[in-house]
Amino acid sequence: MKSSYFKTFTVLTLVSACLLFVQGCKPKTAQSAAAGDASKSFVAPGKYDEFYNIVSGGFNGQINVYGLPSGRLFRIVPVFSQNPESGYGFSEETKPMLNTSHGSVPWDDLHHIALSQTKGEHDGRWAFANGNNTPRLARVDLTTFRTAEILEIPNSAGNHASPFITENSEYIVAATRFSVPLDDQNGDVPINTYKKNFKGSVSFVSINPTSGEMNIAFQIRTPGVNFDLSRAGKGKSHGWFFFSCYNSEKANTLLEVNASQKDKDFVMAVNWKKAEEYLKAGKAKKQAVKYAHNVYDEKTHTSTSTMNTEVMVLDPADCPGMLYLIPCPKSPHGTDVDPTGEYIVASGKLAASIPVFSFTKLQDAIAKKAFDGEYDGIPVIKYDAALHGVVVKPGLGPLHTEFDGKGNAYTSMFVSSEIVKWNIADLKVLDRVPTYYSIGHLCVPGGPTAKPHGKYVIAYNKITKDRYLPTGPELTQSAQLYDISGEKMKLILDFPTTGEPHYAEAIPASMIKDKQKRIFKIEENSHPYVSKGEGQAKVERNGNQVHVWMTAIRSHLTPDNIEGVKMGDDVYFHITNLEQDWDVPHGFAIKGANNAEVLVMPGETQTLKWKADRTGIFPFYCTDFCSALHQEMQGYLRVSPVGSNVALHFSTGTNKPAVTTAQELPANDSSATASPK
Amino acid sequence: MKRKSLLAVLLLISGGLFFGACNSEQKPADEKAGETQEAAKDQAEVHGTEIKPGDVELTTPLNQQWVTTGKGIYELKCQACHKLTAERLVGPGWQGVTQRREPHWVMNMITNVDMMLEKDPEAQKLLEQCLVRMPNQNLSKDESRQVLEFMRSNDGTK
Repeated sequence: MKSSYFKTFTVLTLVSACLLFVQGCKPKTAQSAAAGDASKSFVAPGKYDEFYNIVSGGFNGQINVYGLPSGRLFRIVPVFSQNPESGYGFSEETKPMLNTSHGSVPWDDLHHIALSQTKGEHDGRWAFANGNNTPRLARVDLTTFRTAEILEIPNSAGNHASPFITENSEYIVAATRFSVPLDDQNGDVPINTYKKNFKGSVSFVSINPTSGEMNIAFQIRTPGVNFDLSRAGKGKSHGWFFFSCYNSEKANTLLEVNASQKDKDFVMAVNWKKAEEYLKAGKAKKQAVKYAHNVYDEKTHTSTSTMNTEVMVLDPADCPGMLYLIPCPKSPHGTDVDPTGEYIVASGKLAASIPVFSFTKLQDAIAKKAFDGEYDGIPVIKYDAALHGVVVKPGLGPLHTEFDGKGNAYTSMFVSSEIVKWNIADLKVLDRVPTYYSIGHLCVPGGPTAKPHGKYVIAYNKITKDRYLPTGPELTQSAQLYDISGEKMKLILDFPTTGEPHYAEAIPASMIKDKQKRIFKIEENSHPYVSKGEGQAKVERNGNQVHVWMTAIRSHLTPDNIEGVKMGDDVYFHITNLEQDWDVPHGFAIKGANNAEVLVMPGETQTLKWKADRTGIFPFYCTDFCSALHQEMQGYLRVSPVGSNVALHFSTGTNKPAVTTAQELPANDSSATASPK
Repeated sequence: MKRKSLLAVLLLISGGLFFGACNSEQKPADEKAGETQEAAKDQAEVHGTEIKPGDVELTTPLNQQWVTTGKGIYELKCQACHKLTAERLVGPGWQGVTQRREPHWVMNMITNVDMMLEKDPEAQKLLEQCLVRMPNQNLSKDESRQVLEFMRSNDGTK
C-alpha cells in the first residue's frame, strides 16, 4: 500500500507541477483573459462597491439590491409581497400596505424600476416600481430601503408600461397592458365584443416633490391596444411621453398570431404639458372608480390604507394635439429616449432592424400635418416623416436600449442572445457580445437619464440553463456584467440573481450610502402601543383581545412570563425595540403563530397577532442573534381554559410566590386562586 | 500517513515553485492581499469624541432639572439593564457608581462604548462579567451628563 501511495503521489506531484507550469507560462488564452478581466469586478474585503444596482424581482414581487461591480446581494426589499423574514405584510402595521380594491393581494409581479430624477439626473431619493398583475405603483424610500407607499391604478389590467419617470420626477406613468372594459362600465360582456367594449388607459401619477407621495393626476382614455413600455422625453423633448403599443389589430384571442398581422403597430406620443392644460381648462371628466392608496408612516411605524373613489379622465376626442401615433414595425417592445432627448429608439421585437425616430422631425411632421390618416380619431404620423433612420441588421429580437452618454446605444437582443453597441448618430453597429442566455432588459448606470454614469452594462437574462451548478428543475437567474469603458465590451462578471429580474437601474453608491437611516429615534416613536422604556411594559385585556406592550433589549424580553390568557383569545404582541444602536434588530416568534415572525428595528414598534388555539404553555423568543446571551432571550405564555380564573399576570425577573398544588387543579375547581399581580 | 502528508507538502511546494517562477500575474495578487488588510482597517468603527478627564465639572447642589431629565432617559434607555440598587441585572447596578468611577469614565461608557470596550481595562473586565456588550443608546454628550447627574442623585449627593 505504502509503495502504491508513493507512486500515486509522485505521479500526482509531477502532473500538478506540469499543469501549473503549463498554465503559468502559456500565452494568454480566452480563459486567462477572462480571469484578467475578472479583477475588474473584484472588490476587496472591507471595500465598498461603486454602484447600487436596484433590480426588479419579477414574480417574487420584491426589489433586489446588488453592489456593482461585485454582484454581491445586499438586500431584498419586500414591496408587493409578504415577507416572513421581516414580517412585512404579516405584521398588523404593514398589512394595510398590501390592501387593494380586491382586498389584500399579498403578491405581485414587479417589473420595472424608476429612480427619482432632478434636472434629468439621479437624485437618490426614491425608487418607484410597478405591480403588473393587480395594477399598482410603489415608492421605496432610499434612506430606509423600505416600501413607503403603494397606489392602486384603476381602469387598468397588467400595469406593464410603468413606472417610467419624467426628468424632474413630476410624474411616473402607468399604462395598461390589457385593454379592458372601464371600471364604471358593466364588464359582463362577451369577450368577442373587444373592439366595442375594451379601452386602454394611461395614468399620470404626480409625485410630491417634498414627500414623494403619489397621486393620480389624470388618466387618458386610449384605443383598446396593448401598451408595452414607455419613456419620458428629456431635454428638448421634456413635456412628452412615448409609449410602445402592440395589438393594434385589437385581437382578443391567440395574440401570438392575431396581434402580429399588421406590418406596423405604434409608438404613442403624449404631449403631457398639453394634457395638463386641458386638465386645468376643465376638459377632464370625473369617473367613479375604486382604488387603494396605502402609506407607511415612519413615526407611528404603521401604514394606513385609504379607498379613493374618483379619477379625472381626459378623452383625446376633446383634447386635440395631446396624442399622436407613430407607426413602428412589428410589435414594438422597448421605447427608449437618448440622453439628449432627440432620439426615440423603438425596438420592434419581431423585426430585424431598429427604427430610430427624431423628436425634431416629429415636431415638424406635426406642424406640417404630415399625417397618414387616423387611428380611432388619433392622427397617425407618416412613418418616414418622423424617422431619423434605421439600425440595419443589429441582431434578432431587439428589446431594450440603454445609453452611455458618449453617443452610443446598447440594445439587448433576445433571440440572438447578445448586446449590440451602436452609434446613435450614424446608426452603425460598433460591437457585439454574447449573453448567457436570451437577454431581456439591460442596464447602464444612469442609462435612462440625461447624464449616464456609464462604465458598465449589465445583462439580465431569461434563460440560465447550464450557467451555474444546477439545482433541480428550477434555476436561479443569470446576469452578466460587462466593462464598457473601452471601445469593446468585455465580460467581467457572471452573477446569479433572485426572482426574475426585468428592468434595473444603477446609481453611484456615493449618492445613497451616507444618508442611510441607522435607527428610528425612540423619542419620536408615536406608535399607539409603544413602550418607551421597560417601565411601560404591560399586559391588558379588552374583551377577548389581550394586548402585550413588550420591550426588547439585549438580551431579554419584558414581560417574559405572561399568564391569564384564555383559550380563543387574540393576543397582540406590540414589541418595541429599545436599542438605539445601528444593526441591532430583535426578532419575535411564538409557537403556533399562523402568520410569521416579526423583525423589529432599533426604536421601532411592530405587532404580531397570535391566536390562543389550545391551552398550555407557549414559548416565545428573539429570532435575531443579538448578543452572547441571545439564546437566553426567551419567555413563556400560559393559556388557560375559557372558564379559568387564572388572573392576568406578567413579570420579568421575579417569580410569583411558590405555587401550591391547588393552583394547578383544573380551572373550574373553586379552590384555584388568582395570581397576585 | 507521515509519508502521505510529506508528499502532499512536496506536491504543494513543487507546484508552487513552478507557479511562482512562471506566473508574472502572481505579484499583483500578493499586493492585492496587502491592500485587503489595509482596507479592512479603513473601515474601523467610528467613535464619538472622547471625553477627557477634567472635561466634566461636578457641582453641588445638583442641577435638579438635569436629575429629572436624566431620570427620564434612564427609564427610556437604561432601566432595562441597570437597577438603581447594587444588584446586577444585565449590567451592574448603579448604586455607588459615582464613587467607583470617574465622571468622564461614566460618560464615555455611555457615549463612546465601543472605544471603551476596545481600550479601557475596567470596561473590558465588566464585559467579561456581564457578557453583553453595553449597547450604544445614542445619547448626546449633554444627555450623558444629565444621566450622570441622576446617578449622583441616586448615590445620595444633594
